[in-house]
Amino acid sequence: MHELSITESILKVVLRHAQVNSVRKVMAVHLRIGKLSDLEDEWIQRYFDYLSKDTLAEGAKLKIERTPVIVRCNDCSESYEADVKKMEHLICPACEGNRCTLISGREYYIKNMEVL
Amino acid sequence: MEEVRLIEVKEEILSDNIKRAGEVRERLRGTHTMLLNLMSSPGSGKTSLILRTVEGLAGKVSFGVIEADIDSTVDAEKVAARGIPAIQLRTGGFCHLDAAMVTQGIDAMDVSELDLVIIENVGNLVCPAEFDTGAHKNVMILSVPEGDDKPLKYPLMFSICDMLLVNKIDYLSLSDFDMTALKQRALTLNPRLTILEVSCKTGAGIEGWIDWLKREVETFKNQEE
Repeated sequence: MHELSITESILKVVLRHAQVNSVRKVMAVHLRIGKLSDLEDEWIQRYFDYLSKDTLAEGAKLKIERTPVIVRCNDCSESYEADVKKMEHLICPACEGNRCTLISGREYYIKNMEVL
Repeated sequence: MEEVRLIEVKEEILSDNIKRAGEVRERLRGTHTMLLNLMSSPGSGKTSLILRTVEGLAGKVSFGVIEADIDSTVDAEKVAARGIPAIQLRTGGFCHLDAAMVTQGIDAMDVSELDLVIIENVGNLVCPAEFDTGAHKNVMILSVPEGDDKPLKYPLMFSICDMLLVNKIDYLSLSDFDMTALKQRALTLNPRLTILEVSCKTGAGIEGWIDWLKREVETFKNQEE
């Protein structure tokens, strides 16, 4: 639902870098988004297409890499990938503890962009 | 043919908001005003909780309320009618508040006189979890009719909060809500979460909430700047 705000932020950062680097056209933007985010890739692209009209980034393809949700067990410090929508997968594979701390999975990061 | 170049960006998408949220936190630390972000689904009892909080804190903690609503002022009117400073932000269709909107809210309020500002965020368990408002504490309400499976559907919300209030416990006898399962699911996602059972309708458990809030405000005031 908040794809619009996120997409506006992406475009702002992209255009700033495009200007600094005297870019003629942005071809693609590589993003890293955590799996905990509810954003739909398709919608981010659609909003981006809409917002980027008549800018250097018009037509750019968003290439989204989804980073896994990694948690660390509070009992034995083992780190493991979790499917937070299925509770049984939060049980620590090493000690069967069920209290853990989120390490990653919330990223909203722009890695790089392909430009002309 | 023109060659495609690769430019390293390496930036957080939400860096503007993260920066602004930090500024809000810093500014309110300067006035010893704790900012609390209250989140929940629509209809789970945010405004009712605030009205109970008005009664509970009367004469002890001075506070104001920033109301976020897509396009109405009903909540702010209810709060202001109790003599509490209330600012209504119309988000104009936005599904969440961000730090820039919160800044507008605190600009419109004399925060130096207040111990606490409560943000009543837009009713939604998804988007508000993604945007740092600049709050020092995040609190969510889950009401019994919504079901005990919500941590499975909205894990991010449960993982960013300091306090979970389970509201409408007066409905428990009418439902198959499993309190033990809810607590286990929520605590697995977030072991530092405090969970309280309340009913804004009957007043059950509200004392525990008020005590927690008073303690947090006190601790905040006594922190080193």
